[in-house]
Formats: sequence, C-alpha cells, structure tokens
Amino acid sequence: MPETQGNKVNPKLIVPFVKSAQDVFSTMAATKVTVGKPTIKKDPMPSYDISGIVGFSGEVVGSIVVSFHEQTSVKLVEAFAGEALEYGSNDFIDALGELCNMVAGAAKKDFGLDASISIPSVITGANHRVARMSDAPCLVIPCTTAAGEFAMEISVKQVSPAV
Amino acid sequence: MKILLIDDSRTMRNIQKKVLSAMDNVEISEAADGLEALAAVGEQGPFDLMLVDWNMPNMDGFTFVTKIRENDKTTPMIMVTTEAEKSRVLEALKAGVNNYAVKPFTPDALLEKIRQTLEKAGAGG
Repeated sequence: MPETQGNKVNPKLIVPFVKSAQDVFSTMAATKVTVGKPTIKKDPMPSYDISGIVGFSGEVVGSIVVSFHEQTSVKLVEAFAGEALEYGSNDFIDALGELCNMVAGAAKKDFGLDASISIPSVITGANHRVARMSDAPCLVIPCTTAAGEFAMEISVKQVSPAV
Repeated sequence: MKILLIDDSRTMRNIQKKVLSAMDNVEISEAADGLEALAAVGEQGPFDLMLVDWNMPNMDGFTFVTKIRENDKTTPMIMVTTEAEKSRVLEALKAGVNNYAVKPFTPDALLEKIRQTLEKAGAGG
C-alpha cells in the first residue's frame, strides 16, 4: 500500500472512512449511505452549510470534515437523536458532533496504526473556512442518503511513530 | 438500580437512557465528564452500574475508571466508546472496566452488554 507523500493519497487511510460512515449512519440513524466518486479539494471552503470536524494525532495526523446540507443535517440528526432538534441549537450541535466523532473513531480502528482523535467541533454558517494541512491532499467523498447529501473531506497522512 | 451515565454528548446519554428504559426500576444520573462523574459518585453514590465514555473534556473516561478503582473494586463499569482498537479494549479492561461496548451500537447490543455485566456482577438484570 503506498504511503502518503506529497499529493499522493493513501488508500489505507481513506477506505476506512467509507465503511465507518456507512456503519455509523446505518446503525445510529437507520440511513443507508451511498458514496460517489472522490475528488481532490483545493479550496478551504467546506462543501456545505454545517461541518463537523475531528482531528487525528499519533501515527496519523490531519482531520476529517463531515460537511452537510442544512436540511440533510436536520433530517439525519432527527433520525439519530430520535427527536427533531432545532438547527444550530446546542443539542443539535452536540448530536451532529457525536455522529462525526463516531465516523472518525470507527475509521481509526481500521487504520492499523496508533492514532488518537480529538473531541469533535462543529462549525455553522455560510462560507465558513477550515484550515487543513498544506502537505497532505484533501480528498472529498460525496455521500448520498435518503435524507440528502453530505461530504467527507479527508486530509490525513501517516507519520513515523515518535521515538 | 442506580445507574450513572458518563458521556460528554447529551444526545448519546439520551440514547442510552432510552436503551435503559427497557429495564425495570432504573434510576439514572448523568455526568458530562470524568470530573462531574467523580462528584456524582461522591454525592449520589454508590451506583450499581456506570457507563463510561472514553474521550471527554476535563477528565477522560480512562482516567475516571482508574481513579474509581483505587478505592472501589466492585462497582460494574462498561466503557461505551468509539475507541475500538484491541489495544484500547485491553487497556480499559486492565484499568478495571467490566465490559466494553463500541459506538456505533444498536440498542439491543448495548442492552445485552449491560445485562451480561450485571449478571456477572451478581446484580440481576
């Protein structure tokens, strides 16, 4: 399996996110996720209106941004929480952050590396920006559900274990 | 039966409360991190079961479990977490949790873990 170097993408660190998103949304929100063709993202603007962000550290560094259409996020959060939550409220942010936390955590276990994840953050508002590593490509995986679309924006790379 | 739910996500605590509603005579307390949980144990304990998230601000679940086990070797604890690597599971078991549930989980799977844990601890279920 090729290592991430320069603009190369390491499949070992990408494929786990597809499986984890499908597992998390299927198990916790009874929603099937279909993934589309990945593309490389160049600009810092997330794909949609609201984004959950989880950082990685250890032998894998970087972040995953899960970016949702507002209406998609409302429907997925309702399916997850079991009740409608007001968009942007503390409870809504909490629920969306937890979904992103589970996507990151479930992917991490399949890296086969010693990595840790951060507490999730959620950013809302049109034209919000996300700072990513400049030395790792950002791969966007479009995801389609019955609730609408979202995207996983993955910018991670493997680093040598600290000695 | 007194149960303490420890998770920084209120949504996740609510989901766990719904799972526990399938059990009889359950009295639930909540804490949003390890520090709150230590206070809850001091003020409202002892509990018959504690469900503990791993990654939380202020004090994580692993630290909480370690601190609890310094004085309490018996209260059943289940780690409920996204940390799914075998090394993490072994680390948590060594620290003193009785069982381990990985997020995402189905309600039935979590309930089964809870029942297994309580039965093994001799607290019914």
